[in-house]
Amino acid sequence: MTDVTRSGALAPRLQVDGLGVVMARSGTPVVQDVSFEVAAAQVMGLVGESGSGKSTVALSLLGYARRGLRIAEGTIDIAGTSVLDLSGTALRKARGTLVAYVPQDPASGLNPALTLGYQLGEAMRIHDEGRSGDPLDDRIAALLDEVRLPATRQLLHSYPHQVSGGQAQRVAIAMAFACRPRLVVLDEPTTGLDVTTQRHILQTIRRLAIAHDVSAVYVSHDLPVVAEIADDVAVMYAGRLVEKAPAPAIFGGARHPYTAGLLRAAPTPERAGVLVGIEGRPPRPGRWPIGCAFADRCARATEVCVATHPPLEPMGADHLARCYHPVDAKASAPVIAIPRIAPPAAGTGALDVDGLSAWYGDKQILHDVRFRVQPGSCLGIVGESGSGKTTLARCLAGLHSAWEGPVEFGAQLLDPKARRRRPEERRRIQYIFQNPHASLNPRMSVGENVEEPLRFFDRLTSAERRRKVAEVLEQVALGADLADRMPEQLSGGERQRVAVARALIVDPELLICDEITSALDVSVQALVIEQLRELQLQRGLTMVFITHNVAVVRSIAQDILVLEQGRVVETGPVEHVLTHPEHAYTKQLLADLPRFADAGVAS
Amino acid sequence: MTTHPLPTTSSAGTAARVPAKGPKRSFAALRVLGAALGTTRGRISAGLTLLVLAIAFLGPLVPGSPTAFAAPPFSNPSVPGAGLLGTDVLGQSVLFRVLHGGQHLMLLAFLATVIAVGSGAVIGVVAAYRRGFVENLLMRGVDVVLAIPQLVFALLLLSLIGPEWWLLILAVGLSQAPQTARVIYGAAQSVTEKDFVKAVAVWGVPTRSILARHVLPNLTTPLMVELGLRLSYSIVLIAGLSFLGFGSPPPEPDWGVMVNENRIGMAANPWGVLAPALLLALLAVGTNTFADAIARANLGETRGEDAVLGAAAGPTTEGSK
Repeated sequence: MTDVTRSGALAPRLQVDGLGVVMARSGTPVVQDVSFEVAAAQVMGLVGESGSGKSTVALSLLGYARRGLRIAEGTIDIAGTSVLDLSGTALRKARGTLVAYVPQDPASGLNPALTLGYQLGEAMRIHDEGRSGDPLDDRIAALLDEVRLPATRQLLHSYPHQVSGGQAQRVAIAMAFACRPRLVVLDEPTTGLDVTTQRHILQTIRRLAIAHDVSAVYVSHDLPVVAEIADDVAVMYAGRLVEKAPAPAIFGGARHPYTAGLLRAAPTPERAGVLVGIEGRPPRPGRWPIGCAFADRCARATEVCVATHPPLEPMGADHLARCYHPVDAKASAPVIAIPRIAPPAAGTGALDVDGLSAWYGDKQILHDVRFRVQPGSCLGIVGESGSGKTTLARCLAGLHSAWEGPVEFGAQLLDPKARRRRPEERRRIQYIFQNPHASLNPRMSVGENVEEPLRFFDRLTSAERRRKVAEVLEQVALGADLADRMPEQLSGGERQRVAVARALIVDPELLICDEITSALDVSVQALVIEQLRELQLQRGLTMVFITHNVAVVRSIAQDILVLEQGRVVETGPVEHVLTHPEHAYTKQLLADLPRFADAGVAS
Repeated sequence: MTTHPLPTTSSAGTAARVPAKGPKRSFAALRVLGAALGTTRGRISAGLTLLVLAIAFLGPLVPGSPTAFAAPPFSNPSVPGAGLLGTDVLGQSVLFRVLHGGQHLMLLAFLATVIAVGSGAVIGVVAAYRRGFVENLLMRGVDVVLAIPQLVFALLLLSLIGPEWWLLILAVGLSQAPQTARVIYGAAQSVTEKDFVKAVAVWGVPTRSILARHVLPNLTTPLMVELGLRLSYSIVLIAGLSFLGFGSPPPEPDWGVMVNENRIGMAANPWGVLAPALLLALLAVGTNTFADAIARANLGETRGEDAVLGAAAGPTTEGSK
């Protein structure tokens, strides 16, 4: 596909050498000693978890540092131009014509007050200074054609909020490619998009990169997506590159224990193994250890790892890793089988949904949804955005009350409004929200947040409450001493575990989890999911697990239900549905899912 | 966080920001105040405010009569016996009248501010949480009061019932409640939409308790800003009403009244007007700027590196900020 590329004789398109970014005031390093190069028309995947410094590196490529940061050292050379030596007008011109940027969220990357047509035209007008003789309209049409969008009046006169997320992101990509830059920096451009849209966007980026000889740096925390698009992959941890290699080498035989750990933590639809997360969290800037930053989370670490910092050493052809004890490339990670669920112990609460229809205003969101969740089992509900899966969850929890249809839990009919349900029902059904940053009260300590439901369901003394809080925090592997901290002091994964603890403290029988891992890093997602499965086994919990990621369902649920446009299109045991999907929509969902196996296929 | 294979170097990252003995209840208001005082703007404005407050409240302790005849009316400070700031329209010492004339005004202004912010916050929060009829009723009512100029509204009440001190407080407080209600309503809307409020609602917690325990504490910053703003407006408004003759009865010294009665002698002794007017202006600027410092501190404009550190520890979805 890309026989133009791999011409090693030519100078690389992008060459980053010894890049260092520090905090402007204290001089604390945030990114240190980052060097890599990208050849013409190649895509480089820059991988790392939140806080690893990947976005900071990406922005440095545009000669930009976020407020409070300063690019302190190193050189960045794009097609012969040293970006860090530019300033003022030259730098402004370079951004757009030499290097372009596509932000994560198209909704915030586009100006909501201007039409798409105007913004596309602006991208070109500013930079070409009348060089091109073609009428602007024709050029916009050509540009939109490249990202497979119709250049209709309707689209050009739309505002960003009037088009879908996928369309907005296509426009953003078209704008980035508008002035034919030499390098495009993409910062998680498909996060939050459905798999099918994501697949189309990834294909578009690849096609444009090759057609116009543009190199790309693709920043992402999503490994399967990187496997899908990148030629080379660089993995960042605590501000440094820890591994760098061609994509097949990374996904086929990672040498750094961190990379190997990330790969083990990522769920796949094929393999129903136990997900292995990485405990702990990366050190923050200013607290980097003298030795290897990953040592405290690494099973292979020895004294030398703690004492000295490992250099980036060659591990094979084009393969660099920063580790004294690299993982054996040949050794494949053992797949630990998921323990089978014992038949439900108490088995009081089966959830029977027998024809649920829900509305938002006049618009019907759910159409006659029927399913049954056996006591003590977990049902995974998957669907794309707009399929109604979150509405379904909110109906069950009583958060959304415009619905009808008999829904029984434990042979008791549920009222649509949570307020009208009996206290006992409100206790038995608990709901965990998607975003752990919004679901905890920021003005209350962790302990206060967790004990809050107890105040209303049980009459307990504060000492008893405190004891229960400690107990339930231990159960979600957080430790009771966390109770006195504020939510803002915790990481996303820790906060989500606190939210789980808050749901568990009242001994619920049905747990409704609404996309609870989608805001988390893969290594943390794996930990949370394993935790939930363990709790499900211990307590005989009935669960409804809602997600857009089919792969996650494989790891936690026994049954699966596929929603499309508010209708159930397929349901059955997970094993069966994922290996022999019957409905075309399910097949499409599975086919569009990015996979590690795709690494290197593109090149 | 659970066990680490090598707990030597790690966990410092999280332990660093943990208070040694964790406070159970986080005094949000104190934290916001502290953050504001950490800025130059905050310190200067707090200093200004405290200076004027000190003059107003400690002034009456200074021996000297504000009502005794000192020298002929509108004497310069150079006239013997006229005192440091000369004399006023009745020949009383401007210095002593200034020292004694602030306390009353301050107390009235504080009470009016409490009424304004208290009632405004309740209206705003309830309107934001209870959608539909209640929201419309409250906010349209607010709009009606907003349509009447504050001074006219206060004058209307005062001239109907008479210049009673409690009515003055009530009139000034209520005339400002709609402004606070609007601000708090806007701020509360984003809080009531948050998941943690919905989570509490699912348990069947009574509305009163949701608003008091979960919504109001998250509005600390706008509430503090409002307190500062309303205080400065109350001072100006009450001084204005005193100027118009709705303040303290004649022999009592009052900064607002002083500006009015001494303006005819501006040419002879400008201090009679300048001193009270200057103090009022300093106080208004001080409280206003302090409110501004609170708002800025919370926006993170002065936080710099902390904000970057916070972003680094944020979730994946916010990684690009």
